[in-house]
Amino acid sequence: MEEINALFHGFSVALTPFNLLLMFIGVTLGVLIGVLPGLGGANGIAILLPLTFTMPPTSAVIMLSCIYWGALFGGAITSILFNIPGEPWSVATTFDGYPMAQQGKAGEALTTAFTSSFVGAFFAIVMITFLAPLVAKFALQFGPPEFFAVFFLTFCSFIGMGKEPPFKILVAMMLGFALAAVGIDTVTGQLRLIFGWHELMRGFDFLIAVIGLFGIGEILLSMEEGLSFSGRTAKINTRIVIETWKKLPKYWMTSLRSCIIGCWMGITPGGATPASFMSYGIAKRMSPDGAKFGTGMAEGVIAPETAAHAAGTAALLPMLSLGIPGSPTAAVLLGGLLIWGLQPGPLLFVEQKDFVWGLIASMYLGNIAGLIIVLTCVPLFAAILRVPFSIIAPVIVVICAIGAYTVHNAMLDIWLMLLFGVMGYAFKKLSYPLAPLVLALVLGDQAEGAFRQAMLMSQGDMRIFFSNWLVGSIMGLGLLMLVWPVMGKLMTQLRKSAA
Amino acid sequence: MNIQRALARGILPLVAAFGLVSVAAPAAAWEPTKPVEFIIPAGTGGGADQMARLIQGIVAKHNLMKQALIPVNKSGGAGAEGFLEVKAAKGDPHKIIITLSNLFTTPMATGVPFNWKDLTPVAMLSLDNFVLWVNAEDPYKSAKEFLDAVKKGGPNTFKMGGTGAKQEDQILTVAIEKAAGVKFTYIPFKGGGAVATQLVGKHINATVNNPIEAVAQWRAGKLRALCVFDDERMPYKTKVTDTQSWYDVPTCKEAGVSTEYVMLRGIFMPAGVSPDVVSFYVDLFNKVRATPEWKKFMEEGAFNQTYLTGKPYADWVGKAEALHYDLMKEAGFLAKP
Repeated sequence: MEEINALFHGFSVALTPFNLLLMFIGVTLGVLIGVLPGLGGANGIAILLPLTFTMPPTSAVIMLSCIYWGALFGGAITSILFNIPGEPWSVATTFDGYPMAQQGKAGEALTTAFTSSFVGAFFAIVMITFLAPLVAKFALQFGPPEFFAVFFLTFCSFIGMGKEPPFKILVAMMLGFALAAVGIDTVTGQLRLIFGWHELMRGFDFLIAVIGLFGIGEILLSMEEGLSFSGRTAKINTRIVIETWKKLPKYWMTSLRSCIIGCWMGITPGGATPASFMSYGIAKRMSPDGAKFGTGMAEGVIAPETAAHAAGTAALLPMLSLGIPGSPTAAVLLGGLLIWGLQPGPLLFVEQKDFVWGLIASMYLGNIAGLIIVLTCVPLFAAILRVPFSIIAPVIVVICAIGAYTVHNAMLDIWLMLLFGVMGYAFKKLSYPLAPLVLALVLGDQAEGAFRQAMLMSQGDMRIFFSNWLVGSIMGLGLLMLVWPVMGKLMTQLRKSAA
Repeated sequence: MNIQRALARGILPLVAAFGLVSVAAPAAAWEPTKPVEFIIPAGTGGGADQMARLIQGIVAKHNLMKQALIPVNKSGGAGAEGFLEVKAAKGDPHKIIITLSNLFTTPMATGVPFNWKDLTPVAMLSLDNFVLWVNAEDPYKSAKEFLDAVKKGGPNTFKMGGTGAKQEDQILTVAIEKAAGVKFTYIPFKGGGAVATQLVGKHINATVNNPIEAVAQWRAGKLRALCVFDDERMPYKTKVTDTQSWYDVPTCKEAGVSTEYVMLRGIFMPAGVSPDVVSFYVDLFNKVRATPEWKKFMEEGAFNQTYLTGKPYADWVGKAEALHYDLMKEAGFLAKP
């Protein structure tokens, strides 16, 4: 019960009018940042960090973490409305969220996404409140082989789940790995695949690829289809929130599973992006409607959003208790802590009780504030789809271009974005899947790094991936996921031949 | 381009002719006329990034500059992206860059065409120390005990973790190997925080983390500091852990390992800027260094507070470059032509 007392003390720290005001400002700014592709939570917080140096640390971190929650919420909006993920972890949300919007269910999709986000975050906060010291120790178990196993599991839970032939999925994924390899090789320190062109040395940023492949690609398709948004018929009334809420409880199993995946990935720290993909992949496997995923199923929105938010929240735990950031945004917050004179690490919970519990209390309050703000805006967001395509399309292109430029402040990225746009269009026309490419591009770099670190550790011995119960069981689970579709087919074949 | 300066130069003789020099003289000094871009050739959250953002915060809080200072991360190609941009911005007085050792190591390891001589040195802010760390549960109490064990274990048995490849951590590892006649397996990670955590989790055997990267785990009793790779002890005598201050950590030379290495945290700007522009920034960093926030940051990170400007700074950088060249050459890290 010590935690409960500490938490209520935290509420008393967080609940001053000044802090509440900062909370609302933070969430609103965060939503804006999340909506603009390319700006991203990490960049947003980095830009606003110096503004907070004059505030007391507790107020500063409350505001910044609320920007973080806001960005997590905001990422879903453009994914659902325009098929443009504002943040890496929203990519999986587009798979079912965008088809829902096209069927005129934009309000429903948004409400589902926001509510799931809230559920995921809340679950993670409760876990942080009560299990912090225990969970932090678990994170220490993760060395390079364990990290690779987690990435392996993510790839495996994704492969063979699309409607497309496995060969096409493989092609798209390999292309993603090739793009992820461009730039500096982190293990040897050499530049590779840049063909003497120094502009390429920063590699292909995931966000630029996504903005192009999804955003620009989608606009090209809409142009071909006669310049209209399929989502125009969206119902817009305030009761949509209540109506959607009535439908959600029956998906409690997907929700709970996604919460657990999210928390686990946030702590390890695999991060929100692999969490959202893995959760989507597993939900598709487990759900009775699995075959209909990708056509606008609410479950396909619940799974990635819940997991992404749970992971995003849980990522703050290793930052506070170990000093390792579980996400890029957490890394910037970590820098902030040091500047405010707070030292993240095992002693933070002992020495800075006010700060830690103030922050945890603000997680509860910030998420509730965030949910209220975004839900009241659902009709407003959905109404954007009523704007004629000929007006909104140029606006989207401009926002995409600004987003692509913001990532590295480089003009080349805008050209790359357009190139990716053409590629996205070609992929859709030839019915190659985009998701495996994106997944490989996001995680390829880290997976490669972890694999090679593990190989260095074991002097090239592959048995390191089965050297203890933790890494062995994750790898085993991954292999199981990989052969699952084949097994399923074999079983039906056997049954048929037996009959 | 620079109206204010041009005006000041044009008006000054006129004013002097009317005998109003004493009033107009301060206006002669150059000042930024638009926001200054502060390039960080490293990712968000790292050591250089933290320092740059602290400086931005100090400048804003104490109102040290009329225009804003805007940090921009250009980390592509191990920082080459940032350096190439400053090189290309010849004569631009509104651009400064903070450096780490990748000022030398990146062009040497990758062959990307730039050299510190393509830039104008402004000021050395501090030198970052390197400390040899082991897990506190391991039995080694001194650098000598540890290195003896490494020697006894045979080559490649002990794992040294560090930030990046062919950068400061790996160069220092090679230098230790030469000095002590041992061989580690070097494993590169993305950031200093991750390296420290890997050591706490016993996935690696030792690190050469900067003090600020490992201090939290040290205070929590998870890591042990064996020695510092500087020619004298770190001067901070306030207790950091229950029993030790930074000053209590012996130098590696005292401990019998004659390896020294410090990392530059300095400011450069594009070539072809006039001396009064440079002196404006030197003056700015003098003011930054005088603030309590800066002093606190220096102490927390146990930095070596050597401060140099002008020719002594350029001479120091020249020597450091030669040192890096030798170390990289010996280690076989130089890019093939």
